[in-house]
Amino acid sequence: MIDKKRKKKTLEQMLCIGCLVLLPGMAIAADAPAIDSGATAWMLTSTALVLLMVPGLAMFYGGLVRTKNVLGTMMHSFAAMGIIGVLWVVIGYAMAFGKSTMGGWCGWNPDYLFLRGIDDVILKCGVPEYVFAMFQGKFAIITPALIAGAFAERVQFRGYCLYIILWAILVYNPLCHWVWAEDGWLFNLGASGAIDFAGGTVVHISAGVSGLVAALYLGSRRGYPATAMHPNNLVMTLMGAGLLWVGWFGFNAGSAVSSGLVTARALTVTQVAAAAGAATWMIIEAIHLGKATTLGIVSGILAGLVVITPAAGVVKPAGAMILAALASVVCYLGLLLKEKLGYDDSLDAFGIHGLAGILGAILLSFFIRDSWMIDAARAAGGSWTVIQQLLVQVKAVAVTIAYTVVVSGIIVVLVDKTVGLRLHEAGEKAGMDYSQHGEQGYGLINLS
Amino acid sequence: MQLITAIIQPDKLDEVREELIRAGISRITTSRVTGHGQHQQLHGGERLYRGQKVIPNLLPKIRLDIACNDDYVDVAIEALLRSAKHGEGEIGDGKIFVTELKRCIRIRTEESGTEAI
Repeated sequence: MIDKKRKKKTLEQMLCIGCLVLLPGMAIAADAPAIDSGATAWMLTSTALVLLMVPGLAMFYGGLVRTKNVLGTMMHSFAAMGIIGVLWVVIGYAMAFGKSTMGGWCGWNPDYLFLRGIDDVILKCGVPEYVFAMFQGKFAIITPALIAGAFAERVQFRGYCLYIILWAILVYNPLCHWVWAEDGWLFNLGASGAIDFAGGTVVHISAGVSGLVAALYLGSRRGYPATAMHPNNLVMTLMGAGLLWVGWFGFNAGSAVSSGLVTARALTVTQVAAAAGAATWMIIEAIHLGKATTLGIVSGILAGLVVITPAAGVVKPAGAMILAALASVVCYLGLLLKEKLGYDDSLDAFGIHGLAGILGAILLSFFIRDSWMIDAARAAGGSWTVIQQLLVQVKAVAVTIAYTVVVSGIIVVLVDKTVGLRLHEAGEKAGMDYSQHGEQGYGLINLS
Repeated sequence: MQLITAIIQPDKLDEVREELIRAGISRITTSRVTGHGQHQQLHGGERLYRGQKVIPNLLPKIRLDIACNDDYVDVAIEALLRSAKHGEGEIGDGKIFVTELKRCIRIRTEESGTEAI
């Protein structure tokens, strides 16, 4: 997204090589750029790939809970597809990608309500704005769905629905505007902006931190941690993790909003990081437990994918490997610490997405490719050091965490005190499938 | 020695389990079963299927098998009655069967009889 926005902002900048080559007359015909069918085709594909991550997440989370909560948990992801899928078109795109307003808190463009004003708009990089808006909408969908892992197995469905609506409006849309809109203040921090290629801060840190806040406020599941709560179907979890890995190519490589060199770089480091994260987690478990587990390898895959998300536009494969290995180590230690501290981040929304997101957004500073630093130095009018960029990254992360803690904290209390977010005891004992949806997940096992 | 077989509603399993443990009975076996009740369409029968309330032919239930010494039979039955009811008791809450248990052998130690329960 960084690259796409740069194109919008300063067309002559080097990142828009593809556009410049393909559209030499753009400066004259700036009102109606021609469609770049290559970039558009890839963006359409990416949009579909990112949507595929949502049922992937549903399977991933759904397999990890107990049998009586499998449908309720998968429903959290699917409900986000329905609710945020509508909300994004109605108001989300206008808030995220309109002009900065209210002192930069969010964007606003009445023309974007219901996407009315973009019916015939082709972006300067040759992609129809509809495609960009839909691509962005998929990020808005998956982010609240990620949070649900932190408070799995113990929330009321109607409370969850209200929570993700408020969260999307008050947390996601403003953060998205700050980091990815061309006039967002984090986008313009430092020499060449805070680096968040595909959503380390906007998606993973915000979701992880919100999940932690909600889990701490709502309290543990009944019986946690004394009662063993076994995953009902690790097979489904593995399939879900596979879909997430595949979908992540759209998530990261699509965030180039082009089909060229930047895309290829992002795709490569995404693949490398996922593999390195998986391998590292297996090694850790083999040493520490004597056995590599399936749940372990999927955790490693996710840690690697999350850590590379903010960094996919600026690091090279070796850097991606180091980041992913570090992410697996840190997340593994984080999960051990969680058990010591005893809070119930049920499916480790913070333990994986929060921790690896923070790690990636900060440590990427040490692995930035030289050409990016040279350009940043030019933009800064002289020199730009790793430490300067590190401070920009730390500031972006700190602001994201602080804002998310406060606002998502208010939302969770508000929802719980009004319609109720924490599931009542009888409903939790009976399970969400029965108490919230009147269904059961695995009827096929018995005669019916 | 007696064998208690209880058929209960699936959503009551956690409550029943916790109540049994509180009463000192922690050795149980559970299984998912399906069956016909007295009047299946009255309670617990409806499931939502594509927006329609439908009445399945066979209803899902949970079966618990509890082998216990004679002293514990009433304790177990009382715990089941306390915990398996919906409110004041509804059709479909289930049934308890008690049968004589001839023998009981623990595989690990080869103990048998009341010691092995």
